[in-house]
Amino acid sequence: MRHIISILLENEPGALSRVAGLFSARGYNIESLAVAPTEDESLSRLTLVTTGTEDIVEQIIKQLNKLIDVVKLVDLTEGAHIERELMLAKIRANAAEKRSEVMRLAEIFRGRIIDVTDSNYTVELTGTGHKLDAFLQSLEPGDLLEVVRSGVSGIARGQKGLRV
Amino acid sequence: MELTGAEITVRCLQEEGVEFLFGYPGGAVLHIYDAIFQQDSVLHVLVRHEQAATHAADGYARATGKPGVVLVTSGPGLTNAVTGIATAYMDSIPMVILSGQVPTKLIGNDAFQEVDSVGITRPCVKHNFLVKSTEDLAETIKKAFYIASTGRPGPVLVDIPKDVTVNTAEFVYPKKIKMRSYNPTLKGHTGQIKKAVDLMLGAKRPMMYTGGGVILGGASQELVTLCKALGYPVTNTLMGLGAYPATDAQFVGMLGMHGTYEANMAMHNTDVLVAIGARFDDRVTGDLQKFCPVAKIVQVDIDPSSIAKNVKVDVPIVGDVKGVLNSMAEMVKDGDRKPDADALAAWWAQIDEWRKIDSLGFTASDTLIKPQYVVQKLYEVTEGKAIVTSDVGQHQMWAAQYYHFDQPRRWINSGGLGTMGFGLPAAMGAKLGCPDLDVACVTGEGSIQMMLQELSTMLQYQTPVKVVNLNNKYLGMVRQWQEFFYQKRYSMSYMDALPDFVKLAESYGHVGMLIDKPGDVEGALREAFGLKDRTVFLDFLTDPEENVFPMIPSGGGHNEMILGGRDAMVSTSEEGMVLV
Ligand SMILES: Cc1ncc(C[n+]2csc(CCOP(=O)(O)OP(=O)(O)O)c2C)c(N)n1
Repeated sequence: MRHIISILLENEPGALSRVAGLFSARGYNIESLAVAPTEDESLSRLTLVTTGTEDIVEQIIKQLNKLIDVVKLVDLTEGAHIERELMLAKIRANAAEKRSEVMRLAEIFRGRIIDVTDSNYTVELTGTGHKLDAFLQSLEPGDLLEVVRSGVSGIARGQKGLRV
Repeated sequence: MELTGAEITVRCLQEEGVEFLFGYPGGAVLHIYDAIFQQDSVLHVLVRHEQAATHAADGYARATGKPGVVLVTSGPGLTNAVTGIATAYMDSIPMVILSGQVPTKLIGNDAFQEVDSVGITRPCVKHNFLVKSTEDLAETIKKAFYIASTGRPGPVLVDIPKDVTVNTAEFVYPKKIKMRSYNPTLKGHTGQIKKAVDLMLGAKRPMMYTGGGVILGGASQELVTLCKALGYPVTNTLMGLGAYPATDAQFVGMLGMHGTYEANMAMHNTDVLVAIGARFDDRVTGDLQKFCPVAKIVQVDIDPSSIAKNVKVDVPIVGDVKGVLNSMAEMVKDGDRKPDADALAAWWAQIDEWRKIDSLGFTASDTLIKPQYVVQKLYEVTEGKAIVTSDVGQHQMWAAQYYHFDQPRRWINSGGLGTMGFGLPAAMGAKLGCPDLDVACVTGEGSIQMMLQELSTMLQYQTPVKVVNLNNKYLGMVRQWQEFFYQKRYSMSYMDALPDFVKLAESYGHVGMLIDKPGDVEGALREAFGLKDRTVFLDFLTDPEENVFPMIPSGGGHNEMILGGRDAMVSTSEEGMVLV
């Protein structure tokens, strides 16, 4: 099963490598990992996507909680939540019909074209991982020149929040 | 008043009441050594190798319950210490390691004697810190002691760059520390404890299985009270020996790969297993598919990640074992329900049948010294009261099987990491911590040579230890596996060119004895322990091909034990061959 674990981490040097080291040392999967500072400068927020059996995910959560730098965490997949990922994709657009096709696709997926050259467009797109995958799949083979994805960020729906 | 970082470091150790600092100097810690020179409340013990500093601090911690403290220099000083840090980590031993580091502005430049100490130790410490400024030093050291000695204990490293030891700051040692991300004191959930007690009282074939957590949690007394109230059989893991008195009738011996027949058979047949401060290690469980096939399992542990890690648990209780055992005992005492006396009588009758097999029986010989016999005599001569440390191998198992520990903190061995070389420095640390107790180090000619140089430290600091070398001229445990699983191809398990241990001991200023006849064993031990203030190296030439029995081969279940006898056939499955 796929789980999205959201973590508040002490903003200390080395804290991130403790999280990453835990996953490699114990052989857990990391599908994606997104990290950034929060409004409280002593904390950073990580969103980690992992897969594993229920037993393994239970261990992952316990082991993460055991890290001294982990202040709090929540498994977002346990409740209603929203997940988003940002993607920047550079796509071949060197002929008039290619250009209009890419524009049309971007529109359908509610993306934006943020850079234009004679030969390509760069599209910005946010959504769930599935949506981003779907966009990439609808491109003609060979047209995708480069893609950068942020990894998933997630937040619980409703009143509940992850705070100290 | 402003103090230098070096002075602050030493003041912190004084505030923590540190008696001994085990260490070795070098460039990055010279300022700290200068501050040590100018005081005399913390005694620095100069080991001969940094690995020994960590093992000695570890032995001190295991014997006394107080954190062991280590000081090493940067680079090779720290890398030498890593084995000992990992050893302490695997057995959850409280330890604080201070390491020197190159000056902050050189970090990352591949400076002389620079290694990424925080990075190298990260997977084998409970936590570690790099101190970036002298202002943070005192608070960081306070945190290190707090983290190391609370919750599930473990080693904590504080890496201190040289400039941080030179610069000055106001010295304030925090009285208390609170960390929002670390809250170690846990009381077991009353509802869960009640559920567990109900399950326990309904048991027909109960079994108490307890580990090192009971010793670390100082809960031996509570364990005895509960077990006495219930009348249930008790087994201890290798790490838990001494938590329950071995000479008590309810004790069925150690369990696991080299556990007793009765302990392992009782594990296999129990219907309610109560695991306390034990982590279901593979040496204990054998094949998990075959483990306790009919039991409902209660598990008590302070570390949530230990619970249900390897085995499904029916009643998990996260909490400190002392508190939980107390609550359990009270519930048993105050409740109306009592253990099922008839079922229990039948269960004990069955266990007594298993006991009759006498799985630790061995045939003494008039000509060859049996290693088991040496440990038996050691037990008698010391009246079971000594602290016994061990190295790793067959001798370790024999020490665990034949020395019957009645008290906690008397049996000191590297159970988790299995570190050869642990025994001698650990014995030195234990002796420093408990000067009034006899200390014996049961070792083998392989292991002892890994930390032999510490005989020198032991002379300098007058730490009399009796080294009981079970010299079989083999890396015995390796040879045993090769005999069973590799058709006696003894690849690299013969220790050729052994030194004359008697002369060696003498050249280090100690007493050496060579014992090669069974009839001389007891006399030699009595003589050695009579030399109260001397370290004595007893080199026992033992039966070279004796094996440790009983044995559950890798991949076996608790009911698949091989009992003793020189010609016992031991084999394992294909799956067993890939297990360690
Ligand atoms: C540092 C280290 N290296 C290797 C091993 C693997 N090992 C386990 S037991 C053993 C043999 C130990 O021989 P000895 O100390 O003579 O004890 P004996 O088994 O003969 O009693 C070895 C090599 C180990 N446990 N630790």
